[in-house]
Amino acid sequence: MKVLMFGWEFPPMNTGGLGTACYGLTKGLVQNGIGITLVLPQAATALHSSMAGLLKVRNASISKVKMRAVKSAMVAYMNPSDYEQYMLRMKGQKSIYGSNLFEEVERFAKQAAAIAREEDFDIIHAHDWMTYKAGLAAKRVSGKPLVVHVHATEFDRTGGLGANEHVSRIEKEGMEKADAVITVSGYTKQKIMENYGIPESKIKVVHNAIDKDDIPQIGQVDSGKNPNNRIKTVLYLGRITLQKGPDYFIAAAKKALEAEPNIKFVIAGSGDMEPRIIEQAAHLGIAHKVLFAGFLRDEEIHRAYRMADLYVLPSVSEPFGITPLEAVMNHTPALVSKQSGVTEVLKNCLQVDFWDVDQMANKMVAALRYKELHSELSRSSYEEASKMSWSKSAQKCIEVYGNVLGGLAHG
Amino acid sequence: MVSTCFYFQVHQPLRMRPYTVFEIGRHSGYFDEQKNREILDRVSNKCYLPANNIILELLDRHPEFRASYSLSGVALEQLMQHKPRVIDSFKELVDTGRVELLDETYHHSLSFVYSRPEFMEQVRLHSKLVRELFGKSPKVFRNTELIYNNEVAAVAEKMGYEGVLAEGADHILGWRSPNFVYKPVNTKKISLLLKNYRLSDDIAFRFSERSWKEWPLTAEKFADWVNKVNGNGNTVNLFMDYETFGEHQWPETGIFNFLKKLPEEILKHPDNDFATPSEVIKKHKPVAELNMPNILSWADVERDLSAWTGNKMQQSALQQIYSMEAGIKSSGDPELIEDWRRMQISDHYYYMCTKWFGDGDVHKYFNPYDSPYDGFIAFMNILADISERLKKAREANAIKEALNAALDSI
Repeated sequence: MKVLMFGWEFPPMNTGGLGTACYGLTKGLVQNGIGITLVLPQAATALHSSMAGLLKVRNASISKVKMRAVKSAMVAYMNPSDYEQYMLRMKGQKSIYGSNLFEEVERFAKQAAAIAREEDFDIIHAHDWMTYKAGLAAKRVSGKPLVVHVHATEFDRTGGLGANEHVSRIEKEGMEKADAVITVSGYTKQKIMENYGIPESKIKVVHNAIDKDDIPQIGQVDSGKNPNNRIKTVLYLGRITLQKGPDYFIAAAKKALEAEPNIKFVIAGSGDMEPRIIEQAAHLGIAHKVLFAGFLRDEEIHRAYRMADLYVLPSVSEPFGITPLEAVMNHTPALVSKQSGVTEVLKNCLQVDFWDVDQMANKMVAALRYKELHSELSRSSYEEASKMSWSKSAQKCIEVYGNVLGGLAHG
Repeated sequence: MVSTCFYFQVHQPLRMRPYTVFEIGRHSGYFDEQKNREILDRVSNKCYLPANNIILELLDRHPEFRASYSLSGVALEQLMQHKPRVIDSFKELVDTGRVELLDETYHHSLSFVYSRPEFMEQVRLHSKLVRELFGKSPKVFRNTELIYNNEVAAVAEKMGYEGVLAEGADHILGWRSPNFVYKPVNTKKISLLLKNYRLSDDIAFRFSERSWKEWPLTAEKFADWVNKVNGNGNTVNLFMDYETFGEHQWPETGIFNFLKKLPEEILKHPDNDFATPSEVIKKHKPVAELNMPNILSWADVERDLSAWTGNKMQQSALQQIYSMEAGIKSSGDPELIEDWRRMQISDHYYYMCTKWFGDGDVHKYFNPYDSPYDGFIAFMNILADISERLKKAREANAIKEALNAALDSI
């Protein structure tokens, strides 16, 4: 079976979990004998890094994927105003790109149609809204079925406030016209049934996963986990945006410090809310306890997980949330909001409603204070995540492909 | 001649609130009164009251019918406070003279494993409450969750009990049958009754399981299984949680009709009758001595202590609470002692169990918390608060003593 896949970011050029998921799934599919042509929009900045660099990713099986880059200024997690700002900075090259993000999406779709005419494939697989139009264009010219993969929706990204209608319309159209919809969690499945009216029968949940061999083998880090180290570290790692709940993290940090003054909070990542979060920490008088590590990559990320005593994902709405899996694979327990899809597959973690700052702080302190809790969580969550693999998730995708193709054959 | 011996366990724990680290030192209420009351109401209405009615009917209809119960002290306390009707209906049963009450630890605790003096005190507290409420002095002892070894029998004998109950799973008994009375090693008079785990679990766990080849289980079929013991046993010991009737097995499964019909079917065989544990012991001499040096229980497939002591959180929680014993008792503060004892209720440790991926489904069903970790956090925070109270009580006592000394010298 051959798949024409539209992604929008890929390691090492990713800025978030989507790239990680796309990489993992591609690898898992190849491991299961699926042929893949992966089409990626490539931002102007990334054009300078050679394709060879893109291909030199950790897993050999990925080299079997045929990569096709489409010149585009799209970058993952862009919203329309980001795009405009970005275009201002890129003035010199403006002529080849669309003047706004939606034009860009259309332009990408046109190029996708051209690629679909050249390539040989059985099914189309498109990841998140910016590629839906491309997926639909490929479906139109090829007549092949389309599977759209929902990693996040506009409702998650905006926390339900001020959702961009244009974006949600593209999402709805993509899901409606697709032959099947894959969501990364039951949580997201429920959301798209409620917010987009997609019938349950059309949706299949394929949870994200983690592969043990993707965790870099870095040596023991001199960390706060040393029992003699009295200062404990709590880590936030992710984009600093409304969706991820960094403001609840800071509020909980303030509260936790009242009970346990020897905690250091590290925020790794960047995003539109960063200035507000710095201000909030200062306003609460805990600026000296909160360190901003900036955007981390590759090994730095895993080093950060290892150094931390506790990883926190306080998301307001998280379709999946792959970072807790990365944390526990680095032997660091996780505290995750109940509004996160990952809790469907990672049972051995602490959980809390994102808005329940008291319990969030309580569980932070408990995880640092009670060493049996810490060790039991570390051990059992590592064990649980070790059983996961992208190959297993890919098998579920292949089942969806089979159902779609079988349905067409019989329909 | 085969006697069917029913023993039902009645217990409701005091579930903790999600007590936070910020409440340590504030001594706010430890237990979720609303949730505990809701569950007590539900179980009373779904199980205790309707099941007691059926038992009473059965006692009326069949002069041969017998049953026995053990009600934990913490369950009795909650019932006295919120559901006195349930207490009255148990009194009615006991007053027939054909329903026996057994003793256990008042706080349904694991104290036998961790502190002998504390264990004996809790058993005495239970015995006292049963005497006050029902006017009876139990003669047979069952330990929390049927936790048992040779030592339990020896201590129970020393405390004056004539019989003791234990689990009778195959891997413990080997070739021996649970359908006889045994004598524990190194004891003189006390008799040991073993749970017929297959027949007991057919009712308690498998009754509504549609994938079970014997489903649906009828009273006729079950009576036939009991009859088969005739000729190679004296007693069929059916030991189970009373909540089996109407709570674990919902009324829709037909469990109440099964209970209503069972005595009649069993009594169709002229050689069958019913007996309470004390009657079984009186009627039958022990057939052999039984040596059980290792602790066993009736929980999970392992039938050991791992449901309460299997992981580091549980071990640490238990180690810490029992290490406080001397300090707590010397404080002389009855409220502090009582709260410390309430934190010994075995359910608190059961909720911290992490062996979820197997027979763990049962654990999840009974767990009022989202995860074992949440149960541990609440427990440790409450224990820290108890420690603070203890510290204050000690300081107050020290001041009192100093004052008295000063007054004496004047």
